[in-house]
Amino acid sequence: MIFSVPMEEGLVLAWVLFVTGLVGVIVRRDIIFILMSIEIMLNAAGLAFVIAGARWAQPDGQVMFIFIMAMAAAEVSVGLALVLQLYYRRKTLDVDSASGMKG
Amino acid sequence: MRDAFYISAAVAFVSTLMVIIQKKVVHALLYLIISLLSVAVIFFTLGAPFAAALEVIIYAGAIMVLFVFVVMMLNLGAEAARQEKSWMSPRMWIGPSVLAAILLADMLVLLARGPAFISGGNVVGPKHVGMALFGPYLAGVELASMLLLAGLAGAYHLGRRLKKEELAERETRR
Repeated sequence: MIFSVPMEEGLVLAWVLFVTGLVGVIVRRDIIFILMSIEIMLNAAGLAFVIAGARWAQPDGQVMFIFIMAMAAAEVSVGLALVLQLYYRRKTLDVDSASGMKG
Repeated sequence: MRDAFYISAAVAFVSTLMVIIQKKVVHALLYLIISLLSVAVIFFTLGAPFAAALEVIIYAGAIMVLFVFVVMMLNLGAEAARQEKSWMSPRMWIGPSVLAAILLADMLVLLARGPAFISGGNVVGPKHVGMALFGPYLAGVELASMLLLAGLAGAYHLGRRLKKEELAERETRR
């Protein structure tokens, strides 16, 4: 039995996960939920890369997934530091409390 | 295997949906971990075992631990203890446990069928990934290391707690 990679289904799944994360970013106002939704979106992008790499049995998809993961790690460390600063200053996690700029 | 792929895809969809509709952060974190684990099983069925292992170790391990640390830092005191008591109730962990059990059964069936079944033998293992990573993508690895260093410095600078007088001074400057 020759197994073919379920490419269409996989890309549909990646799309669905990405849109779920995007809806989370738009709908939620808690900054930790927004960060988690961004993680979901990055993960969906990595899933699309790995599916495309598996379709042609090449390692490039996994290499791009590793880069995406390194980027996600850097992003989430800075993002969580921003969460702490928001909480220290405003005593809330609501991003709307920090919507104004004073320049 | 198609059926294993579909099962873990369904688990990924359900758990991801549960992440964004939860009220409490810790509940959402549990579902997010299940979502990442199911994507790892999908990688495994696609013949990418190295990506699957990295997904579990780095995403579901390290990055989620960062989230948990921040959540724990944010609510200290008596309220946190009461909250922690409520986390022990079954209503809280039954959903993620069921999803995790489905994933485990999926994984066990895959392993019982033997490695030759996975992806029809088209497995791109760690050796190929490593050779590509340190061959044509070497510049990307260097750029990723610089990005991680910048992230480290940025997190250290932003994450420190300002002293009271510093904070007051910044408030008056506004």
